[in-house]
Amino acid sequence: MRRRSFPPLLWIPAGIGFALLVLPLVGLVVRAPWAQLPGLLTETAVAQALGLSLGTALVSTAVSLVLGVPLALVLARSSDWPTVPRRLVRALVTVPLVLPPVVGGVALLLLLGRRGLIGQWLPVTIPFTPAAVVIAQVFVAMPFLVLAVEGALKGVDGRYEVAAATLGASRFTVFRRVTLPLVAPGVAAGGLLCFTRSLGEFGATITFAGSFPGTTQTLPIATYLQLQTDPDAAIALSLVLMLVSVVVLVSLRDRWVPGVTA
Amino acid sequence: MKAALRVDHGGFVLDIELAVEPGQVLALLGPNGAGKSTALAAIAGLVPSVGTIELAGRTLDAVPVERRRVGYVFQDYLLFPHLTVLDNVAFGATKAVALEWLERLGIADLAGSRPAQLSGGQAQRVALARALATSPDLLLLDEPLAALDVTVRDEVRSSLRGFLRDYAGPTIVVTHDFEDVAALADEVVVIEAGRVTQRGQVRGVVREPASPWVARLVRDWAEDD
Repeated sequence: MRRRSFPPLLWIPAGIGFALLVLPLVGLVVRAPWAQLPGLLTETAVAQALGLSLGTALVSTAVSLVLGVPLALVLARSSDWPTVPRRLVRALVTVPLVLPPVVGGVALLLLLGRRGLIGQWLPVTIPFTPAAVVIAQVFVAMPFLVLAVEGALKGVDGRYEVAAATLGASRFTVFRRVTLPLVAPGVAAGGLLCFTRSLGEFGATITFAGSFPGTTQTLPIATYLQLQTDPDAAIALSLVLMLVSVVVLVSLRDRWVPGVTA
Repeated sequence: MKAALRVDHGGFVLDIELAVEPGQVLALLGPNGAGKSTALAAIAGLVPSVGTIELAGRTLDAVPVERRRVGYVFQDYLLFPHLTVLDNVAFGATKAVALEWLERLGIADLAGSRPAQLSGGQAQRVALARALATSPDLLLLDEPLAALDVTVRDEVRSSLRGFLRDYAGPTIVVTHDFEDVAALADEVVVIEAGRVTQRGQVRGVVREPASPWVARLVRDWAEDD
């Protein structure tokens, strides 16, 4: 069979595009102060930021799983809803994906700030606390999980659920023992995407939670601030974030996300 | 089991009365699209219907699927792909009961296998075991042999006949193949375009087919034999 044609001229923009994606990462690896790396990563400020980021990202992923999987189920089963509310709900769930994260942070402040719509009635202050970090991360990252799980749910043959019902299973049992296991790969992929997005969250976090070392200063925020005072520490932190991304990409590769193959 | 049902079947309304005694096998025979599987789904509560279903002293009209105690063997078996054979059969029963059924159906050695590893005949037995393990008051089989390769169909049909003879409850089998009717059923109800065109014992239908479609089916069956 004849090879599909490819205009040679297109190699130039394709090559520049590829370089634009890869060269910054190469620069990061080449310029990394490898010898001082262990020392840099164990510095108090860096270790604090790393610990806070991993902790809050894990909590926000757990929260997103608990809230996002049922939300995905609602969206996947909304085919018999009237068109307008169905499309509106889906659009609203998708908004945080396209919204600048800083705007998300401002919106969260207006809702949960001390004078916010809901915040003024709360007995506790949420902004500028680790809880605010988690809420900002959930706001930005949960839609990734919802869309991944919704896609997986749409791919499940609904007749398995019918078969389970004929065997005496209640609706919740069907969800727990049939639906959820069948979409487990989608849930795992969504959870990983959610975790990495939470780990890299910057704009909404700094706006809603601020940047207090040990309390709300996450890894991306610490990286940005260190770049101005201690570039080597910033590079070390960037390497950690990159390493986590690479690990997630490798985990997702062909096992859990069809189409993402080497 | 007695049922008098009206079910919307898209193009027409299925209007059907059925009665089957414990230990008896009733075949619902009809061409593709006649409404046989819809009737089965209505009895199981999988599609809405108007009418009455009486089973083991209960009226099922308002009873949801999961509480009807109706065993259902689907045409393509629908074994849960994420569970082993044992866990499939134990889905609506205990593991001890599931193991007992696997042994009775001669497939205990498959307990640890996944559905994807099974042959068509094995999958059918697992589906049957899974339905029977819940001790249903009524057993429904939707085209139980249609998904099988022709070469194994005779063998599986004969073993299915043995298993159904052991089951004490009433059974309804949907089929479009008179070979299945002759081998498995005591009585037959013929449905064509949503209406019952003939009912009675298998022998009677063979002797006096009431419609050209049944007559052709019986003739082809007799010639094959």
